[in-house]
Amino acid sequence: MPRREALSVVAAEAVGPYTLLRLARGRLEPGRPGQFFMLEAPRRLLPRAMSLCLAPTGELAFLIDPVGPGTRALCALAQGDTIHVLGPLGNGFDLSVRRPLLVGGGIGIAPLVHASHELRDAPAVLGFRSDHHAEAAALLPEATVVVEPTYVTDEMDADRDVLACGPEPMLEAVRRLAPSAQLAWEAPMACGYGACYGCAVAIDGELRRLCLEGPVLRAA
Amino acid sequence: MLLNASGCLDALAAPDVARSLDAFVTKTVTPLPREGNPPVRIAETELGMLNAIGLANPGRDRFLAETLPRLHELGVPIWVSVGGFSATDYAETCALLDDVTIELNLSCPNVDEAPESAAEIVAACRAATALPLFAKLSAAAPDVAATARAVQLAGADGLSLVNTIRGLALDERTLRPRLDRAIGGLSGPALRPIALAAVFACYRATGLEIVGMGGVSTGRDALELIAAGAAHVALGTVLFSDPDAPARVREELAREARTLGYDDPREAFAAAHQGALVEARSLDPRSRVPA
Repeated sequence: MPRREALSVVAAEAVGPYTLLRLARGRLEPGRPGQFFMLEAPRRLLPRAMSLCLAPTGELAFLIDPVGPGTRALCALAQGDTIHVLGPLGNGFDLSVRRPLLVGGGIGIAPLVHASHELRDAPAVLGFRSDHHAEAAALLPEATVVVEPTYVTDEMDADRDVLACGPEPMLEAVRRLAPSAQLAWEAPMACGYGACYGCAVAIDGELRRLCLEGPVLRAA
Repeated sequence: MLLNASGCLDALAAPDVARSLDAFVTKTVTPLPREGNPPVRIAETELGMLNAIGLANPGRDRFLAETLPRLHELGVPIWVSVGGFSATDYAETCALLDDVTIELNLSCPNVDEAPESAAEIVAACRAATALPLFAKLSAAAPDVAATARAVQLAGADGLSLVNTIRGLALDERTLRPRLDRAIGGLSGPALRPIALAAVFACYRATGLEIVGMGGVSTGRDALELIAAGAAHVALGTVLFSDPDAPARVREELAREARTLGYDDPREAFAAAHQGALVEARSLDPRSRVPA
């Protein structure tokens, strides 16, 4: 069940161009890999949706890409600051697959890090736009890493059970190669719990709320 | 009474939040199902947000057959927000409803408007139902108090003030509109002084029962709307960042009222009008009350 609580910042650590924001867990449950949380963004009106990246004992950690005012404010948090957090929300990956392969691009590697801790031995293929971005692959030490102009689809074994997260063009390309892949989409979200109707995406030809029916969707 | 603003809560997705309110207002129901506008439908602004959802809803038939019975099971009083594209649309939906309060969405900026005036739509609905009718008006009208008097004459039992007003947000890198539909409805704290002005003017002009809303996020915000003449307060955008807002605002409202010497927030009702002339009872359409 999702809860909302004020959590205190343990640390904000640089990981390549991203920031790993570590929060004291409080009474929040980490949920399943692929689920997300709504993080209060300092001095902004609305919270920001972030997949859980890591669930160390007593902590919840999120990988943040500073692309706008909310994410920049989150990356600037310091130990001792507190923010409200709501979650876990959404569905997660189905981890009961026989031959998992984690496929991630850029900031999309975040939920796959969590997944890799539950699926020990699952191979991973990660793609980034630059060597600096690829420093984030340190979070998944055994992964195969490619940097543009090489793409994850050049390296992935499409016969495995793919769990993917990354930019939309990457997810589209993965879907073409692996029609039954589990894809973790994203959409702008004001609330994360079905109230704002903002995160609608086309699912089976209909607009549905990604926060309730996703963010993980099966391609097939 | 504390309610949600229509379109800012799905009671079936978040029943605990709905039950923390004194009444639940549905997303606007239109005669036919609507997907709403294509993504991107929301954008945060400095002191608010824009939405261009576009009245996404399952349509009248599915709402009545599937949604409404489940809403009644929640045990919260239900207000149904009714929308449409002609007076007939509105009236037909009203005629099919029972056991609810009706809020007529006459002012959504994200869809094309019905050709008839607000008063004509209210009159058609009044003829179609004996249920309580609240007219939700926009502060973007040139003279919202005049519209309020007109809908009062047409038979409205109350007013919901205010709906969102048109706004635009541009992407910081491309300088192009962030919403797919470009223009959206502005809500949140930026709207609050506008809501206060509308409630103040419409209460003074009509004396009607008013649900005040627009950027309420604290008990003090709610108290100010009550002072301006709102009998009830609705929470909208704040529910997105704080689903616990209803309990918090109720507590804060009681505390803020006590700070000012009131035993109960209701004692502050219309405090902003004390000493002023309330033109409430004149239903003469020729009377021109200055805004």
